[in-house]
Amino acid sequence: MTQPQHLESRTQHVRDTWGKRCNIVLYMSSKESDFPTVGLNVSEGRSHLYWKTIRAFQHIHKHHLDDADWFLKADDDTFVVLENLRYGLSEHNTEEPMYFGRRFVPFVAQGYMSGGAGYVLSKEALRRFVKGFADGLCSHNTEIEDIGLGRCMETMKVKTGDSRDVLERQTFHPYPPDYYLLRQLLRPRPWYLLYEHYDPVEGPGCCSDLAISFHYMDAVGMHTLEYYTYHLRPYGYKYRFNPD
Amino acid sequence: MMSEGSSFMKGMALGGLFCLVMTYFETFNPGIHSEGHLHLHHHLKPLSKEELQKLSEGQMSDLTQQVRVYCLIMVTPKLLVHWATANDTWSKHCDKSVFYTSESSKALEAFDLQEQDEWARMRKAIKHAFENAGDLRWFFLAQPTTFAIIENLKYLVLDKDSSQPFYIGHTEKSGELDYVEYDSGIVLSYEAVRRLIEMFKDEDKCPERGNALWKMPEEKQLATCLKYSGVFAENGEDAQGKGLFNKKSVSSMISDSMGQNPADVVEACCPDMAITFGGMSPSQMQVLMYGVYRLRPYGHDFHDSLTFLPPKDSDND
Repeated sequence: MTQPQHLESRTQHVRDTWGKRCNIVLYMSSKESDFPTVGLNVSEGRSHLYWKTIRAFQHIHKHHLDDADWFLKADDDTFVVLENLRYGLSEHNTEEPMYFGRRFVPFVAQGYMSGGAGYVLSKEALRRFVKGFADGLCSHNTEIEDIGLGRCMETMKVKTGDSRDVLERQTFHPYPPDYYLLRQLLRPRPWYLLYEHYDPVEGPGCCSDLAISFHYMDAVGMHTLEYYTYHLRPYGYKYRFNPD
Repeated sequence: MMSEGSSFMKGMALGGLFCLVMTYFETFNPGIHSEGHLHLHHHLKPLSKEELQKLSEGQMSDLTQQVRVYCLIMVTPKLLVHWATANDTWSKHCDKSVFYTSESSKALEAFDLQEQDEWARMRKAIKHAFENAGDLRWFFLAQPTTFAIIENLKYLVLDKDSSQPFYIGHTEKSGELDYVEYDSGIVLSYEAVRRLIEMFKDEDKCPERGNALWKMPEEKQLATCLKYSGVFAENGEDAQGKGLFNKKSVSSMISDSMGQNPADVVEACCPDMAITFGGMSPSQMQVLMYGVYRLRPYGHDFHDSLTFLPPKDSDND
């Protein structure tokens, strides 16, 4: 999800790093352009984000439903490791109504997925989301995109999946790595961990080796994660975590 | 009488200043001999993948054993948080790591050299390391503000004979002197250290308290003493010629690359098998630890010829 003012400062860095690893990547904006961006009939700004998301999924449902199995929504400052997303989804059936991301509470009984960390819908979830709006069961009842989508998912009986790895470490992250990885003395939950559905862990156990996303990554941070994930490595090192 | 005296003093002062200037130029003599002078600035690269694959399993096993590293980390209480971070992160991947401090700290364990002079401290640490090396044959000298990936250091020196003199890192030139930059880490083979310690006995060529009038930084003192022992600095690089030892942080290098190579930021920037980065905050170092030893895409297998196991009792790698 992006906007005209961000194409140079943010979106091009997505395109230069992980965007090309998607089977199809669509840059959703209020204006069509040669970037290329899809022009949706919306205004820019946080208060219009849920409308933009609704229009984006309607567009995909109309034009691309059969072009993919899973449908990821991310921001123009989210870094995503596509291989780890595919691995996480590999055991799930896209005809099941479910979606995955960083599970938050409260506001929605079954929980909802953090918008910034990115979330991924199964094909059936996408069908039901669009149908919900078509049939009037879902509506734009809030400006807050992730809560709004979460409510519609609950209404349409789409389940919130558990995206943690086999060691119960998180894969989707609403903030950059340093918010979670740094060792902390035992302390009350910091503000950015207040919405967690699963008990948060601070320090190295926070995050899976096979992390899927980090959010609020600026341009340098985006390329840094690209370097860490796909290039920099310790020769010959036998990784501790081997999920298979 | 007074005017004669003051002229004499002026003469003495000018003469003394002239001597100092000449001494300075003797040590830092830019390029007068550069034409036809033997180019001793070597480029040292790791074995290629093809060459590695030719080695037998027995040879691999031998090399893994021979390439073990003793890390000397020079700390001071002023750098307590970096000290703690180095202790908690990359130093766990050394076969032996010893923290050498200028003065002891209640917070962290270290070998207290009780020495404020940096060069004297470095000498003492090197002597101590050599005496306590056991069967380790490679030495890595760093500050806690440097982050090192020891597996990649081993990869670089894998086929180098430690009974030969090696002195490796990021090389710089100061007049006639090629030296390895301290901030990006210094690698020394067993033979290099043996010769260095012999040279320590020579108070003329390799004084302990340095040149009293013109204090050289310890990286240049080290280079000078090694040069007298017939050991010369070599620049550690990968097959593409990218420097493996860096005193800049990852984000600084990425940022530079965004300016210089916007179409190809990461490829043009930093080597896959980088050995050191410097100037990083303790938080950035903890994230780098995760980035190096953990974060990766599922399904990318490298089939490296050697295996290095994770260290015991560690949860962040």
